[in-house]
Amino acid sequence: MLKFLQMGGYAAYVWPCYALTAVVVALNIRWARASLRSAQRDARRRLAGLKADT
Amino acid sequence: MTTPRVGFTRAAATLMARDLRLALRRAGDTLQPLAFFVVVTTLFPLALDPQLSLLRDIAPAALWVGALLSSLLALDLLFREDAQDGALEQLALCGVPFQGLLLAKTAVHWLLTGLPLVLIAPLAVSTLGAPYAALPGILSALLLGTLALSLIGAIGAGLTMGLKRHGSLLALLVLPLAAPVLIFGARATALAIEGQPLAAPLYLLGAFAVLAATLAPWALAAAVRIGLE
Amino acid sequence: MTWVWFHRFGSPPHFYRLASRLTPWFAWPAGLLCLAGLIGGLVLAPPDYQQGDGFRIIYVHAPAAWLSLMVYVVMAVSAAIGLIWRMPVAQAVAASCAAIGASFTLVALVTGSLWGRRMWGTYWEWDPRLTSELLLLFLYLGYMGLRNAIDDLGRADRASAVLAIVGVVNVPIIHYSVVWWNSLHQAPSVMKFGRPSMPPSMLIPLLLMLAGFTAYFVALLLIRARGELLRRERTARWIADALC
Repeated sequence: MLKFLQMGGYAAYVWPCYALTAVVVALNIRWARASLRSAQRDARRRLAGLKADT
Repeated sequence: MTTPRVGFTRAAATLMARDLRLALRRAGDTLQPLAFFVVVTTLFPLALDPQLSLLRDIAPAALWVGALLSSLLALDLLFREDAQDGALEQLALCGVPFQGLLLAKTAVHWLLTGLPLVLIAPLAVSTLGAPYAALPGILSALLLGTLALSLIGAIGAGLTMGLKRHGSLLALLVLPLAAPVLIFGARATALAIEGQPLAAPLYLLGAFAVLAATLAPWALAAAVRIGLE
Repeated sequence: MTWVWFHRFGSPPHFYRLASRLTPWFAWPAGLLCLAGLIGGLVLAPPDYQQGDGFRIIYVHAPAAWLSLMVYVVMAVSAAIGLIWRMPVAQAVAASCAAIGASFTLVALVTGSLWGRRMWGTYWEWDPRLTSELLLLFLYLGYMGLRNAIDDLGRADRASAVLAIVGVVNVPIIHYSVVWWNSLHQAPSVMKFGRPSMPPSMLIPLLLMLAGFTAYFVALLLIRARGELLRRERTARWIADALC
């Protein structure tokens, strides 16, 4: 297990790369979901506004 | 679309003459990019050790970076005012091919920024201690490169013309697109100074300029039309 | 017959419903593929005889770089379709690509730089691929900056479409010019793995990661594009049904 973590001495280079990638992957998922949710919220608000006008 | 009463060449020539006259009237504004170029290319040697050999190494890069930056500076003059006072709209509607007229404006930009650079080149060559034999190569590279820069810059200017604080955005848009010009142009200049054959980068520069000339009319007209909506 | 399919795909309510249904079909396989790729790449594949375990960075660097290029092409093509045929779905797709592409370009740059740090000893070398990745990042930033600067969504779509098209033509040229420039300096190119000659134990995890990341991108795209479509369709009648 330790050998795995040490990556033959390259650990300082390999693991930060994987960490960064994991972070960006997660962030993108969050951003995408947040973007969709806010667009849905705005659309609901707009439709409600229309209904109120009629 | 109205049927034009003048032919295209006449319209383009009139437009160019008018732009040139306006530019010369505001000589201060027009000379600014040129002055900027001179300042930038002088700053490089000042920032270095005054050893001629190092200067010669840096010279091609300084020359081309300076050309790029001064070309960017001059782009404002191209479209800004005409977009703001509605002249561009009139040009789009007057029935003469719009792409051609925009290209004419780009030609004016080149006359005001690219051409002076090409004319200054002999002076730069001599102050940098480069052999006079290098001159034809450097001049050809500058000719093709500045043409490409004017075309690319025009596209960027067309895209950003309606925007308020767009200076740095314009640079951001243009720089990656202009990178090949920088690479090939500086390389050609360096080879010319060393007295080596520079056919390869020169051809590549030429090919890029041709591509720019093919793409620019469409992109420029599309960008300006979108901006005018 | 294909035109009917194309037309239905381009119809916003259809696309919205389809996207909602398809997302899990890309998201879950993406996770599985990446998991398999990681196990294969990190655990099963033997160390490279030249680079030891350091080469394993490729299992995140290559997918990130692949994504950065592929996403740009998708962005440019859908932007062009949106511009020419005025399709809101295409415009929504183009708008969704930018942030994803830019962030993975950054990942490609950082992982490439770290990889290079170990191999060349410096954090930055003007390696042809790293340099073109950097210029690609600038292209993305310019695209996002232009979008941001234009208030009207429709105009932003159209102007950035022009930019994307000009950019996509330039991408191979920029890459080629950098490669050409770099070949003169003969910088050590660690990135070149000679992929055909890569042993299967190294190659298969790489392919799995590439496939996984691609599926991941499609899933992200389907999520984002729905939101972008809503923003563009404003108060169209189909939205009320779609949201419930």
